[in-house]
Amino acid sequence: MSFSATNFAQPRPVPVGIRSNEKSLSSDPFRFRFRGSPSFLGSPHSLRFNPTPPLKLAIPHSRRSPAAAVTDVSNGKMVKSSANMLFGFVLQLITKEEGLELYEDMILGRFFEDMCAQMYYRGKMFGFVHLYNGQEAVSTGFIKLLKKEDTVVSTYRDHVHALSKGVPARAVMSELFGKATGCCRGQGGSMHMFSKEHNLIGGFAFIGEGIPVATGAAFSSKYRREVLKEASADHVTLAFFGDGTCNNGQFYECLNMAALWKLPIIFVVENNLWAIGMSHLRATSDPEIWKKGPAFGMAGVHVDGMDVLKVREVAKEAIERARRGDGPTLVECETYRFRGHSLADPDELRDPAEKARYAARDPISALKKYMIENKLANEQELKSIEKKIDEVLDDAVEYSDESPLPPRSQLLENVFADPKGFGIGPDGKYRCEDPKFTQGTAHV
Amino acid sequence: MATLFQGVGAVTPFSASSSLDSNKLLLPSRKSLSISDSRGSIFVYRSDALNLKAATRKQDLLIPNAVATKGETSTSAKSGHELLLFEALHEGLEEEMERDPRVCVMGEDVGHYGGSYKVTKGLAEKYGDLRVLDTPIAENSFTGMGIGAAMTGLRPIVEGMNMGFLLLAFNQISNNCGMLHYTSGGQFTIPIVIRGPGGVGRQLGAEHSQRLESYFQSIPGIQMVACSTPYNAKGLMKAAIRSENPVILFEHVLLYNLKERIPDEEYVLSLEEAEMVRPGEHITILTYSRMRYHVMQAAKTLVNKGYDPEVIDIRSLKPFDLYTIGCSVKKTHRVLIVEECMRTGGIGASLTAAITENFHDYLDAPIVCLSSQDVPTPYAGTLEEWTVVQPAQIVSAVEQLCQ
Repeated sequence: MSFSATNFAQPRPVPVGIRSNEKSLSSDPFRFRFRGSPSFLGSPHSLRFNPTPPLKLAIPHSRRSPAAAVTDVSNGKMVKSSANMLFGFVLQLITKEEGLELYEDMILGRFFEDMCAQMYYRGKMFGFVHLYNGQEAVSTGFIKLLKKEDTVVSTYRDHVHALSKGVPARAVMSELFGKATGCCRGQGGSMHMFSKEHNLIGGFAFIGEGIPVATGAAFSSKYRREVLKEASADHVTLAFFGDGTCNNGQFYECLNMAALWKLPIIFVVENNLWAIGMSHLRATSDPEIWKKGPAFGMAGVHVDGMDVLKVREVAKEAIERARRGDGPTLVECETYRFRGHSLADPDELRDPAEKARYAARDPISALKKYMIENKLANEQELKSIEKKIDEVLDDAVEYSDESPLPPRSQLLENVFADPKGFGIGPDGKYRCEDPKFTQGTAHV
Repeated sequence: MATLFQGVGAVTPFSASSSLDSNKLLLPSRKSLSISDSRGSIFVYRSDALNLKAATRKQDLLIPNAVATKGETSTSAKSGHELLLFEALHEGLEEEMERDPRVCVMGEDVGHYGGSYKVTKGLAEKYGDLRVLDTPIAENSFTGMGIGAAMTGLRPIVEGMNMGFLLLAFNQISNNCGMLHYTSGGQFTIPIVIRGPGGVGRQLGAEHSQRLESYFQSIPGIQMVACSTPYNAKGLMKAAIRSENPVILFEHVLLYNLKERIPDEEYVLSLEEAEMVRPGEHITILTYSRMRYHVMQAAKTLVNKGYDPEVIDIRSLKPFDLYTIGCSVKKTHRVLIVEECMRTGGIGASLTAAITENFHDYLDAPIVCLSSQDVPTPYAGTLEEWTVVQPAQIVSAVEQLCQ
């Protein structure tokens, strides 16, 4: 029997706290559950400990916890109140294969980022490198549910999104090294990971910049279905961005358009509470980002982003909604980055106690514990996965080290898709026909 | 010196009648079918620029480009149909939408309203609300949406209700439109067209009278073209839509009602070429968009005074057609640039630099650039008039240069 997230929120009669004219949302369980008294700053009562009858399965633990974690905001501190209920799920949420896949993906993400840090300090890569340690549950939880044709749009913290989407570790590592074999031929770098084959559209250096592009990709999907009449065009788009971006205009403009046209997009907020050194609470008038979804008429969900299984449940629901054509979802994942904003960030501002609290909730250790406790895998199998990933990464580094640097001739190649765009030179020929052009020595 | 009046047609500022002497122009050998567009009924009037090495005859120098053939067509037996510039844009757009179902339009009021200048009139009824999309007022985001759609296989045309509004979309145009093809290592193309009316109108006020070509010209990876007649408006619109590069098409608020007869057959112009408006001997006048008409008005006066200006509508603001410009400079040795852009950092400034760099030896006099004043366009009619270049200034600049 499969367990679907929609079973969670049995609509209970709760006091009115929402607008009543949202016809399309009244039957949506996710939207429904966020009614609550306006004065309450955390998730409403209906989210906590849902005392509906337990499911009919004979499995020892009989406590259920809702997919969304409960957090209280009191006195300006985010206090996690249901940490212990993390893996209180009774049911087999995942099979062994799925569990191992998730574990492997998170280990790949973590080990890759650690290797990046090493390589950076050894002078193999330069510039701004933003690492994803600690947030793996979000990437794995969402992206592993996608088809290859679905699109992922990310920000500058994009290495792990690229890896989860299927871009080979070799391609990402050599892109970071600036080699010609990188996924973007060395022209993009850490902050611009693209892959046409895996439908990864960036990689954007400015925050918020990718959200309209993601909206466009979702629009494309809807266009194909409705105008070009391609019946199989049900591709969804995932847009990942952070808490800082949620104060940016592009975010709101796109929430509006996505809800207006019911675009197949999921806005995934990786709320790690910090935008470099700016605490989310100091920058945002209402720090609960999930609430901003209903303000635009779309489902808004909050989930514990350190728990890959919970993220996966929420993601499943949101992706299915988008695929059906029922519109966008805003998912706020509460997560944390274990390292600084970038490798250049001394990370002195964050409270060590806060870091320790979140380190205890490491998504990888949590999944490991879950799998072992639920007899899905043993230490040996998990260790062998880690060893395998070590080898993959060693190979990636070796490959990148040995790859050639981009030659001069590459300089002018991709500026225009149609190089006639460089214009007509004084001799009457198109500039791109000039041999110096193909050598990369022409001045444009 | 006896000047050759090469059949200068009567030119008034807002008539786009041909000012070429089509009889003197050598044409048939210049027409060539574009290699890329060899489908059935299309004539692509494009210069065979590649073969013009031994251009010894005077006439050869005149026309490496499409306008000449237009002259021929329009003076031949009343073929073609007459329409206004905005209708020409509409026609070009509709033909492309008919031809390729991936072509779509997005912008404010393009759908039900038909476009604030009626360029998209009737298209929403014909093609539906998704193909001609009325967007909310969020330029940055819907331009970004257009870019995302272009990257994932569509061919969108983003309309800025006024070019000035695209300042709000600068982030997307500069960072994404221009750059993503490069930063993705060539994996994604962005065949987007961004178009809209700009320029100084009739007392529209400072913010609605902006010339954005100067701000966008530095962005690598984009092309910019400016249309000025119904003929080139339709041709450039079609070329821009078919191009794989992101193209910004600048239209002018005051030129939408220009009337001209254009061919019935399908045609696509080249995005990179300039247009020879009036061949001449004494001085090269480079211009684009609305100033073309001020220049032609001044040309009338100049011709009466005995001068023979060569007028070139550069059309391609980025990149410049250095060949047409160069041939002209080599012939006349004097250059006057007349533009509506701002003085500082405008298209004229770049053009001056490009000509000096490439053709310095051929110049007999310093290049003179007449641009609009570096002043926010005032509302008052008299003040507004003094911020843009007027025909009288052009005449005196030519007289001074030709001394």
